[in-house]
Amino acid sequence: MTEDFNNYSEPMLEMFMFETNQSMEQLEEILLNIESNSKITDDDINEIFRIMHTIKGSSSMMMFGNISKLTHSLEDLFYFIRENKVYSLDLTKLSDLVFSTIDFISLEISKIEKGEEPDGDEGSLTSQIKDYLNSLKEDNPTGEIILSEDENQHENFISKEGITENSIKYIAKIFFQEDCKMENMRAFTLLRDMEEYISDVSHIPEDLFDDNDASEKIAKEGFSISFVSEENYEKVFSLLKDGMFVELVELEEIEIEDYKLSDSEIKEDDLEEDASSGIKKNVNNSFSLNKNKNIISVNVEKMDMLMDLVGEIVITESMVTKNPELKNLELESFNKAARQLRKLNNELQDIVMSIRMIQIGPTFHKMHRIVRDMNKQLGKNTKLEISGEETEVDKNIIDTLGEPLMHLIRNSLDHGIESKEERIAKGKDERGLISLDAINTGGDVVISIQDDGKGLDRNKIIEKASKNNLLTKSPEDMSDKEVFSLIFLPGFSTKENITEYSGRGVGMDVVKRSIEKVGGNIQIESEMDEGTTISIKIPLTLAIIDGMKISVGESIFTVPTTTIKESFKARKEDLIKDASDNEMIMIRGDAYPVVRLHDVFNLKSETEDIMEGILVMVETEETSYCLFADEILGEQQVVVKPIPGYLRQYKVKDSGVAGCAILGNADISLILDISGIANEYI
Amino acid sequence: MAKNNIEKVEIQEEDTQKGRFLTFKLGDEVFSLEIKYVTEIVGIQPITKIPEVPDYVKGIINLRGKIIPVVDVRIKFKKEPIAYDERTCIIVVDIEDMSVGLIVDNVSEVVTIKEENIAPPPSYKTGFQNRYIKGIGKSKDGVKLLLDCNKLLTDEEKQEISDIEI
Repeated sequence: MTEDFNNYSEPMLEMFMFETNQSMEQLEEILLNIESNSKITDDDINEIFRIMHTIKGSSSMMMFGNISKLTHSLEDLFYFIRENKVYSLDLTKLSDLVFSTIDFISLEISKIEKGEEPDGDEGSLTSQIKDYLNSLKEDNPTGEIILSEDENQHENFISKEGITENSIKYIAKIFFQEDCKMENMRAFTLLRDMEEYISDVSHIPEDLFDDNDASEKIAKEGFSISFVSEENYEKVFSLLKDGMFVELVELEEIEIEDYKLSDSEIKEDDLEEDASSGIKKNVNNSFSLNKNKNIISVNVEKMDMLMDLVGEIVITESMVTKNPELKNLELESFNKAARQLRKLNNELQDIVMSIRMIQIGPTFHKMHRIVRDMNKQLGKNTKLEISGEETEVDKNIIDTLGEPLMHLIRNSLDHGIESKEERIAKGKDERGLISLDAINTGGDVVISIQDDGKGLDRNKIIEKASKNNLLTKSPEDMSDKEVFSLIFLPGFSTKENITEYSGRGVGMDVVKRSIEKVGGNIQIESEMDEGTTISIKIPLTLAIIDGMKISVGESIFTVPTTTIKESFKARKEDLIKDASDNEMIMIRGDAYPVVRLHDVFNLKSETEDIMEGILVMVETEETSYCLFADEILGEQQVVVKPIPGYLRQYKVKDSGVAGCAILGNADISLILDISGIANEYI
Repeated sequence: MAKNNIEKVEIQEEDTQKGRFLTFKLGDEVFSLEIKYVTEIVGIQPITKIPEVPDYVKGIINLRGKIIPVVDVRIKFKKEPIAYDERTCIIVVDIEDMSVGLIVDNVSEVVTIKEENIAPPPSYKTGFQNRYIKGIGKSKDGVKLLLDCNKLLTDEEKQEISDIEI
């Protein structure tokens, strides 16, 4: 991993990290399955073996020695298990080893992401795996015999599987470009790329990785492979020819009898050789999966840039088509073209938006691991139930969600779910339940984390809050909801003794803040001994919303259309004032508070007479009220931009502004935070 | 390898920017900013007001789709505000990944001031703006006050930001 290498292999490195991360996720899922079913199937073993083999190859190609050594040892282990059909496995021990491997690799990957050297020491883990393998070998003495007989077995196995009626046998010799470096890796990559087309592979040099001279040999003498394929000569030739760095291909069709490279040339290496056949066995499964996933991965930064550009185009379009200089002109064909442009722009926008939407499932599934680890640590038995995993949310939001969710799940498990004994004493199922759910409610996505634990203790929270001087009004006046929301205040933590997992006193306020950062909010409901439900409401997307433009004096505000119930002119007889002189308006028998925007934002407005302006009734989760503005200017889709970082130091966010939007004439309009205004001014 | 090249170019760029200052005027006083902070200079733009901010934060502007807060340096330095005219400029500076526009009376020129011609800032008692001055540059056509760009936007405000971010 020299500096040089890192520099010119940037895209390869990215690909490597992406693939490895995905493999890790897949692996984790398999393991959690194994654990929940308490049994390991042949498919699982094969799959783990395949993943280890892939990562071993790619990591050694990227020259991350520690990862490749570790995966190699695990590959050995699963090879042994697979070949010897060892089913009396200590699953806990096994999954612990694999989980540790996942952790190790994930840690190394994150180091690489940060541009650091992946320098973790895999030694102890590798030796643990080897020890376990040795103990398995002792317990399964047949293993040795089988291993030594493996050569024959392997050949039989291959002959049976690989050769069908249509198969053609080939021998090929491949020369790589002279300066391509790391010929052994190129050869390995080539084999891997060919995997799906060829079977019964043997090659010279036999050992691509542990043989130090392999690269040199390939460079000098070429890379010889023999294999069986159902493809015709031309296809195979072009496949080989299209391989990375391939310079020259000599391909020959041969008779079945002598298609194997002569025995003298092949020094049988049990593992490496079988590895390729092992892959082959699984090719059918994994390939069909790949076919369905006709997917490319794109850098998020590019997506963001595309989004920004589309935003600009939307704005520019109305700058052009509504240009004041066009006024009073007869422009029939221009208007026609402009309409077409608008239509196309809308489509473009929809598509770009949809590209950014990804399913929340993977984020949810990561929580399985946390529940598993914590169950083990705390001696609890908790089940995680997931629903609504197909709900789609903007990529940026998903990214911010992971941490808070993790924290909340930990909190539920640590503080919410009682110990087994306690649960039994309370007459609950010994097994605790946490359910994680996501639903799309139109403009928002609501994620709820529900546990059937002991619930929040109102008195304890009040006691704690008063101790930390967090109470702003007397506890008797506070609703449960208000009391529970105290735990979101900075510096609040109800747990007396701090555990590894939660309760360092930084928990819930951080969660709240990250949720708010993406424009969401968080609420908590709890019933003593019944459990706690935490609901997170987040916008579907950050980028574009439907808004109603209203004007106050010279300023234009945007109200998210989803919050608007109706708008109307006030009638004098409906206006009332409450005891503290707050304005209210009676609509169909209900009184709604009136919020004058010009007062809220200290603006000079056209009119202060409520009869002259317009009232817009908006609703939030909790309440409905009326905004008073000069007039309604019309509806428009706006591109939402966050409030610039510099302004975050002021209380802009608390003053009822959710963000900014750029209007068609390039003016900026502030997007109103409807629930923020309710909290602040009513 | 490619990275190294880029780094080299960056270093060179920094070298050419070193000792170069953009000067602007507030009334009769000449101030200057290190040129490396400056991303662009634009004329005065329509400004959208923002609630709950100090008076020197005039609001936000739309700079080709990017929303940038603008600060009136006059008011920031507790000078009399004046009406904006066609000479008024917004200097867009980039500090720690934040873009901020500085509203100044007008922009004059780019000058090179050698390090040895920069004197330490005056004592803190002599004026409010002096807390933002990091040196006094002497060049052939007079004395220029070198602004500490970081402090201009960081200072007490930045302190508040970091408090929030924790």
